[in-house]
Amino acid sequence: MVAGTRKVGALEAGPAVERPVGRRSLWPRLTLGCAILLAVAMLGAAVGPANVSLEATVRILASHLPGVGISESVSPAWQNIIWEVRLPRVLLAGAAGATLAVAGATYQGVFRNPLADPYLIGVATGANLAATIVLVSGADVATHGLSVLPLAAFAGALASVVVVYGVARVGGAAPGTTLILAGVALSSLSTAITAYLMLKNTTNSLTIMSAVLGGFNTATWVKLAWALPYTVPAVLVILAHGRILNVLSLDEQQARQVGIDVERTKVVLLGAASLAAAAVVSVSGTIGFVGLIVPHAIRLIWGPDNRALLPMALLLGAAFLIGADLAARMIDQPSEIPVGIITAFCGVPFFLYLLRRSRVAL
Amino acid sequence: METLRIQPAETEKRKNELPSSSALLTVSGLTVAYSSGKRSLVALRDLSIAVTAGELVGLVGPNGCGKTTLIRAVTKVVKPVSGEVRLCGDEVGSLPQAEIARRAAVVPQEPLLPEAFTALECVLMGRTPHLKLLENEGARDFDAARAAMQRTGTWELADRRVDELSGGERQRVVVARALAQETPVLLLDEPTAHLDIGHQASVLGLMRALCRDEGKAVLAVVHDLTLGAAYCDRLVMLRPGGTVAAEGSAEEVLRPELLEEVYGTAADVFPHPRTGRPVVAPRTEGG
Repeated sequence: MVAGTRKVGALEAGPAVERPVGRRSLWPRLTLGCAILLAVAMLGAAVGPANVSLEATVRILASHLPGVGISESVSPAWQNIIWEVRLPRVLLAGAAGATLAVAGATYQGVFRNPLADPYLIGVATGANLAATIVLVSGADVATHGLSVLPLAAFAGALASVVVVYGVARVGGAAPGTTLILAGVALSSLSTAITAYLMLKNTTNSLTIMSAVLGGFNTATWVKLAWALPYTVPAVLVILAHGRILNVLSLDEQQARQVGIDVERTKVVLLGAASLAAAAVVSVSGTIGFVGLIVPHAIRLIWGPDNRALLPMALLLGAAFLIGADLAARMIDQPSEIPVGIITAFCGVPFFLYLLRRSRVAL
Repeated sequence: METLRIQPAETEKRKNELPSSSALLTVSGLTVAYSSGKRSLVALRDLSIAVTAGELVGLVGPNGCGKTTLIRAVTKVVKPVSGEVRLCGDEVGSLPQAEIARRAAVVPQEPLLPEAFTALECVLMGRTPHLKLLENEGARDFDAARAAMQRTGTWELADRRVDELSGGERQRVVVARALAQETPVLLLDEPTAHLDIGHQASVLGLMRALCRDEGKAVLAVVHDLTLGAAYCDRLVMLRPGGTVAAEGSAEEVLRPELLEEVYGTAADVFPHPRTGRPVVAPRTEGG
């Protein structure tokens, strides 16, 4: 018997009917998501141009657990590759994928727009522009292990949200394709200015180049530590709002009439999604379509309940981007391609499909 | 009923304004205006009505006379220019949205339901004001939802996706959601618009039963005057511009000369052969 069903009708006349009156348990799904994420993450850590065996990878990773001695048989070079190069890269890609997928699901819910994605609505590019301005200004980007880059990116992200929402707003949501048009237009401007700044500052061009194209080839533990203090709390706030996000999928008036303070909730959710996305963009550049592909794939499989959708987007978004980054590393060896190319290849057909479907619905 | 929280101390000084001590919903001197650009459009002007516990009041009037606006003002979706709305004694402007939703539930006109959610999930959304942020629906909430769905004949639809339901089924799901909110006040904006006559009768009959048996106060916008006359204890007729044209029993309100003035069309009113309640029949062209 499915968990959460129980006999109904014992007290009423008529036959007792088995009815699903509870939500299906989340645990089987979450376990599956965790297993996929772990498997992809292990693959991401074990596969690369330097042929480190899977066994050696596991031994190196395990050696950092408390109480496990360092493995003498593994060369220090390999240890360095796994611990200082690949692991931070996998973790940063995972954090970025998880964040972008959760942020995408949040924008889709709040705007009641299936096409919303941090990249397509201009948030990621706005964040990227603001981070680039700080980078080229030559200011100290980090003190005491904290970076100002995520905060600058947050300001850029918020400015973009305000502009596109202002343009596309219809009765408290942004359900039409206007949101995407405004976002893409704003994106073009942000990217153009970012590219201009890049050309004017050739000394920093490598850094900015990777920021514009997006990628994890410069991932370090330090960058991970810059992003996480902002993304973790923001994502937790969003996860706590799963049920509320369901209710927001009613229209604004109905959401209020069942007791939601709609204005405050929107500010909290858009703020959290923008902060999380901005922090990720400030260390990994703009990577599109993750926030579109992952939540929609999950909806197709498990339905629209955000209480399940958000945690699953977190796990599978991380797995997806780690996998995409692995592909970006391995496809064109020995050089790499920007991971944004991989996500665009997966995302654009998906986007066109959704556009076609929502055109009929709108 | 645990959701009834009347605060006598606060209502004391306003007593002279309250038409009745048991009024769960009182609207006094309410003026609401919508502004579009520099022009402002008055939707309701100095409106006063009251609905007491156990009473089913029908709100009638032509299109655009402010019936929907009144329901929005009662639930703080629009803010009034002047006047006040009280739910169970308290001014709605001072109540948080969740507290308003614990006192008054709404069945909106043409409600949009989120696609891909099931009917049961939509009805459970009515439990929102009773749940804390991190709380999920418990047995108590499922019981409330099931009871509401059984009363509206939608329990068989519990697992169906709402976007696969007919207009009438969706409408009854929304009525169930409002019942699941377990509020002392119910506000219905044309709850019978998409319903066949069988379901029209059962929804309005249900509303009457809720008034009689559970002492709820129900304010229902009804377009079908005959239907309103048959089920409501009292009718309030608004005229364009958002003022009260007439208020009282169906016989007092549904007078041919008043209907002609308010609706701008001639209609015959005669007593129902069996119940004696007024029946309104618009005169046909050349008739």
